[in-house]
Amino acid sequence: MKTQERRGSSVIIISFLVSFMLLMMPLPDFMRLARPEWVAMVVIYWSMALPQRVSVGYSWTAGLVVDVIRDSLLGQHALALALVSFITIRLHQRLRVYPPGQQAATVFLIILINFLIILWIRGIIGAAPSLWQILIPTFTTALVWPFVFILMRYVRRQFQVS
Amino acid sequence: MFILVVLSIVLMTLDHRFHHVDSLRAGISVLIYPVRLMVDIPTEIGEWASDTFKTRKTLQEENLSLKTQNQLLKAELQKFNYVKTENMHLRALLKSSKEISGKVLIAELLSVDLDPYKRQVVINKGSNDGVFAGQPMVDAHGVMGIVTHVGLLSSTALLVTDPNHSLPIQFLRTGLRAVVSGTGDKNRFELLYLPNSADIKVGDEFVTSGLGCVFPTGYPAGKILEINTDPSLPFASVIAEPSAKLNQSREVLLVWPESRGTGENNPCRLNQEAKS
Repeated sequence: MKTQERRGSSVIIISFLVSFMLLMMPLPDFMRLARPEWVAMVVIYWSMALPQRVSVGYSWTAGLVVDVIRDSLLGQHALALALVSFITIRLHQRLRVYPPGQQAATVFLIILINFLIILWIRGIIGAAPSLWQILIPTFTTALVWPFVFILMRYVRRQFQVS
Repeated sequence: MFILVVLSIVLMTLDHRFHHVDSLRAGISVLIYPVRLMVDIPTEIGEWASDTFKTRKTLQEENLSLKTQNQLLKAELQKFNYVKTENMHLRALLKSSKEISGKVLIAELLSVDLDPYKRQVVINKGSNDGVFAGQPMVDAHGVMGIVTHVGLLSSTALLVTDPNHSLPIQFLRTGLRAVVSGTGDKNRFELLYLPNSADIKVGDEFVTSGLGCVFPTGYPAGKILEINTDPSLPFASVIAEPSAKLNQSREVLLVWPESRGTGENNPCRLNQEAKS
C-alpha cells in the first residue's frame, strides 16, 4: 500500500521545474505584467489533486525558489504560496467537483489572496505595486487555469501519479 | 502552517534588516543555475543559427562596416592618447591623485524580467569570478546598472531604470551635478531635484560623476529627452534616456572601480573603511 501511495515523485518535481522555467521565460515588454503565476497554478493543482502528498511544506520550498528567481525578499513568495496551498487543501474536495468556470473563479480568488500577501509585504518594506499591477496577472492566471488543469490532469493520469 | 508562517517572517526580517541569509540565497541560486541555462537554450540556438547561416553578402557588408568603424575608432584613439597624456601631465602638475583604469570582465545576460515590478537582469558571472555586490555594470554605450546579489555562478543586477536605482551624474556641457533615478519604465529615467532655473537643454548629455563612490567617473549615462518646467512645482521634471542599450545588449562589462589614488584622504577609501 505504502509504495503505491507514493508514485511519480519525479513527475511532481518536473512539473515544478517546468513552472520555474516558464517563470524565467523572457516575455515582450507589454506582456511583462501579464505573466500568469505558473508556480502558483502548479501548487494549486497538486494541492487539489494530491492533498495527502503535496503539503504546505512543498509549496513553501517552491516559494523560496521563486524568491531567489525573482530576487525578491527571501520568504515572501514562500509565505504566499504556503497560504495558497493551505487554502486549496482546505477546499480540495469542493474544487475537484466544480465546473471549469467556477473553478477558474475560485483560482482567481486564491491567486488574489496570494498577491495580497505579496502586496502587504512589499508595502511594509516600502515598495508596493499598484492595484492593477496585481489584477492583470490574476486575470491571466484565471484565464489560463482551465487549460493548465486539463494538461496537468492528463499528465497525472498518464503517469499514474498518486 | 503556523511554523512556516513564523519561519517566513523570520527569514524576511533577516533578509531585509541584516542580510544574514545571503548564503542561503546564493545556495539556491546555484541549484537553479541549470534551469536558467535551459531557459536560455532557445536564444542560444537562435543566435548560433543566425551566425552560422549568414550569407556571404551580409558577412562582407558587416566586415566593411566594422572596418570603417575601426578606422574611426583608431583616429579617435590617437586623439584620446594625446589627451590622456596631457591629462596625466596636468594632474601631476597639480599633484593630485592619478587615475588608474579599472579591470573589466565580460559577462553575458542569462535572463531578463525577473520580477514584473523591478528592472533586473541575471548575468552568468558570480563570486567564482570575483564579482561582488555593489559592482558597477556597463555596456558598450554607457552605464547599465549595479550588481545586487552575488551567487557562486551567477549574479543579479539592478538596471538604471529601476525605481530603486539612483546614479550621481554630471552634465558634459555645464558641469552641473545631479542625481538620476529610474522610473520603472523600460527606457526612461528622470533627473531629480533640478531647479526650474537650472541650465539644461533637451539633448544635453551627462556622464557618471563618481561621487557616490560606486561608479567610476566619466562613463556615459544618458541624454535629456524632455524638460517640463511648471512654476508651481519646486523642481523641474526632466526625463532622460539612458545611453546604455538596456534592451539590446547581451554582453555586459563588469567594472572594478579604479583605485583613485593611494592618499589617506581619498574619500572613497575612507567611506569603504567606515563601512567594513
